[in-house]
Amino acid sequence: MLEVKGLRKVYRSGSREVEALRDLTFTVDNGDLVCLVGPSGCGKTTLLRCVSGLLDPTSGDVRVDGRKVDGPPKGMAVVFQEYGRSLFPWMSVLGNVELPLKQKGVGRARRKQLVEQSLDAVGLTGTASAYPWQLSGGMQQRVAIARAIAYEPQTLLMDEPFAAVDAQTRADLEDLVRELWKRLGVTILFVTHDIDESVYLGQRVVMLSSSPTVVQEELAIDLPAERNQLTTRADPRFIQLRTRVYEQIQAAKRNAVR
Amino acid sequence: MTSARRADPARPGSTALLGAAGLAGLLLVIELAPRLGVVDDRYLPPASRIAAALADEAGTPAFWTALTDTLLAWSLGLAIAVGAAVFAGIVIGSIPVLRALTASTIEFLRPIPSVALIPLAVLMYGTELGSTLLLVCYAAFWQVLVQVLYGVADVDPVAFETARSFRFSAWGRVRHVLWPTALPYVFTGVRLAASVALVLAITAELVIGSPGLGKEIAVAQASEAVPTMYALIVVTGLLGVIINLLARTGERRLLAWHQSVRGEVAI
Amino acid sequence: MNTVKKILLAVALPAGLFASWYFLSAGSENFYAPPLRKILVAFGDTWSLDRIQADVLPSLLRLFAGYLLAALVGVGAGVAIGMNRTLRAAVEPVLEFFRAIPPPVLVPVIMLFAGIGDAMKVIVIVFGCVWPVLLNTVEGVRAVDSVVLETARSYGVTGAARITRVILPSAGPQVAAGLRQALSIAIILMVISEMFAASNGLGFTIVQFQRSFAIPEMWSGIILLGLLGFVLSLLFRLAERRALRWYEGLRAAQRQS
Repeated sequence: MLEVKGLRKVYRSGSREVEALRDLTFTVDNGDLVCLVGPSGCGKTTLLRCVSGLLDPTSGDVRVDGRKVDGPPKGMAVVFQEYGRSLFPWMSVLGNVELPLKQKGVGRARRKQLVEQSLDAVGLTGTASAYPWQLSGGMQQRVAIARAIAYEPQTLLMDEPFAAVDAQTRADLEDLVRELWKRLGVTILFVTHDIDESVYLGQRVVMLSSSPTVVQEELAIDLPAERNQLTTRADPRFIQLRTRVYEQIQAAKRNAVR
Repeated sequence: MTSARRADPARPGSTALLGAAGLAGLLLVIELAPRLGVVDDRYLPPASRIAAALADEAGTPAFWTALTDTLLAWSLGLAIAVGAAVFAGIVIGSIPVLRALTASTIEFLRPIPSVALIPLAVLMYGTELGSTLLLVCYAAFWQVLVQVLYGVADVDPVAFETARSFRFSAWGRVRHVLWPTALPYVFTGVRLAASVALVLAITAELVIGSPGLGKEIAVAQASEAVPTMYALIVVTGLLGVIINLLARTGERRLLAWHQSVRGEVAI
Repeated sequence: MNTVKKILLAVALPAGLFASWYFLSAGSENFYAPPLRKILVAFGDTWSLDRIQADVLPSLLRLFAGYLLAALVGVGAGVAIGMNRTLRAAVEPVLEFFRAIPPPVLVPVIMLFAGIGDAMKVIVIVFGCVWPVLLNTVEGVRAVDSVVLETARSYGVTGAARITRVILPSAGPQVAAGLRQALSIAIILMVISEMFAASNGLGFTIVQFQRSFAIPEMWSGIILLGLLGFVLSLLFRLAERRALRWYEGLRAAQRQS
C-alpha cells in the first residue's frame, strides 16, 4: 500500500519561498490503478518526485507498505515523461532495459528472459539491438515501459508518460498500460493533465487543486474493467464522470485565480 | 512543472567567495610548502617571494618592453592570421569545387604541429620578431579557417536561393547572406585563435629567443633567478586569463548585436 | 564514377602542390630551400630503422606515457569536480589560471624538479595536457541531463555503475573534445621539451640538424613531424568515431526531426 500523508513541499531559492504542495493526503491500495489529475502547474511532478524518493518533502511523509520513503524505494519503477532524455542514448534498447537488472544483481539467464518478456509485452520484439534514437517517440516510450516492467516492480509511477506522443499512439499506449496492469497485478500511480485519460485509465481519480496543492476530490471510476477506446469513451457513465472531473478542475482553477 | 534542468541554487555571491577561497588556498600552499620544507625553496620559492620578484620586475623598463613585444607579436600575428583565414575561408567555402579540392590538403596541414616550423623560422628570421610571427600566424590561421569553413557550410540553402532569385550580385550574396551566417563561427575561431596565438608567441620567444616574455623566462632560468622565473610565468598565465575573458565577453557582446540585426532582417 | 571523382578531387591538390614544389625547387640554389629531390633522398637516408628506433620511438613513448597519464588524471579529477558543486566553485578560478599558462613555460619549472631525463618530459606533457581534459570533463559532467540522473537513481544505478555507465558516457563527447585538444598540446610539448634538453628524440634531432646546417635533413625532420601529427590526429578521429558512434547517430536523428 502506498500512503501519502500531510505531504508539503516548499522550494527555497535565495530568500524567495514557493510553496508547491500544501497538504496532500491519499492512499493507493495494492493492485489499484489511480490517476492523479490537476490543472497545469499544480505540482504533479513535484508530488511524483516526492513519492519516488527523488525529492525530500518539507514535511509529511510517504510510506510504501508501512516503510517510510527516504530515497528511491525497492520495488518501485518510474516512467518519465521525457522518454528522449530518460533513455540513455549511448546504450541499445537491450542495454537500457538490462542495466537496472544488472544493478539489482539479477543473474544473466534470468535477465535475458526478463528483457525478452518485457519487450514482447510492449510489442517491441526484435528491437533489442537498436538504439533508442533510431525509434519513433511512441516506440521510445514503449522501451521506457519495458524497462519499468522488466524491473518487476510492485509499484509503477508514471509521470505524464504520453504527453509528448501523438494522439493515436497515445490511445495504443493507454490500452497497453491497462493490459499490463491487469496482467501483472502491479499498483500504478498515473499522473496526467488529460481528464479523459484519467477517467479512461483509472480505477480511481484523485483531483488536485492549483498550487499550493491540496487534494480537491477523489472519485471512484465505476466503469467496467474491460475498457475500449470506442465503447468506453461513448459510454454515458464515462461522459458523466469526465464532466464531474472537468468541473472540479475548473473549480480548482477559479480558486487559484481568486 | 515538468522537471526542467534544476537551477543552480548556489548564488553568484557564494560562488565567487568559494573561488576566491580556492585561489587563497593555492597561494597559502605555495607559501607554506617551501617554508615548511615540503619542497626545496630553491625549486619553488614561497608565494610572497614570487610576489616580491613580480613587484621588482614591474619596476624595470625591460619587463614592460618584453610585455609590449609579446603583445605586439600576438596581436600582429593574430590579425594577419584572421584576415588571411577569413578571406581564404570565404573564397574556398563558397566555391564548391575549391572546397572539395582543398579539403584533403587542409586536413593534412592542420594537425602539423606548429613547433615543427621552429628550425625553419630560426633559419629565415633568426631571433627577430618575424620568427615569432611565423609560428603565431601558422597556428592561428587554421583555427580561424576551419571555423569559417564550418560557418559557410552552415548557410541555409533556402536563404541563398532566395538571394539568387532576387538577383543579388555575388558580392551581395556574400555580404548579406553568407557573412551574417558565418559571423558567429568567425568569432569562435578568433576566440580559439587568440589563446593559441598567445601560447605560440611565448613558446617561440622561449625556444628561439626572440624578444618578449618567453625570452625573459629563458633568461631568468639560465641565470637561476627562480622567483623571477615564477613571477614571469604568473604574468603569462594572467595574460592568458585576460585574453580568454576579453575574447569571451567580446564574442558575447558582438553576437548579441548580431542576433538583433538578424531579427530586424527577418521582419 | 562518383567515388573516382571524389578520390581525384582529394588527391589533385596535394599532388599538384607536391609536383610544383618538386619542379620549382629542382634547380634551387637557395641554401635554405634545397630541391625537394634532395630532401626526399635525405629523408630516406636519415630516417633509417636504427634512427627511428633511437630517436622517434623514445619520443613516441614519452608522448604516450604523458598523454595517457594526463587523460587518466584529467578525467578522474574532472568527474570528481564536476559532481561536486562546492568543490567546483572553489577550484574553477585556479583551474582557469593553470589552463591559461602557455604549457611550454612549464618546461623550465619542471626541469628544476625533475632534471632533464625522461621523467621531466613525461611530467611536462602531463602538466600541459591535463587542463583541457579536466576542464572539458567538468563541463561534460556538469551538463549531464537531470532526467538521466534521476532515471539512474530511481532504477538503483548507483555507485561505480552510475559513473561508468551513466556519467562518463553522457560526458563522452565533451571528454573527447578535451582529449583532442590535449593531443596537439602533447605533440608540441614532446618537441619543445626535447629541443630544450635531451640527448635523443625527434625535437632534439631536428634542432641538431638546424644547428649544424644540415638543411635537407632538417626539412626531412619537419616533414616527418608533420606526418606524425597527421597520423596521430587521424588515429584519434577513428577512435573517437568508434567510441561516440551513438552520439553521431543521436545528433543526426535530432537534426532530422
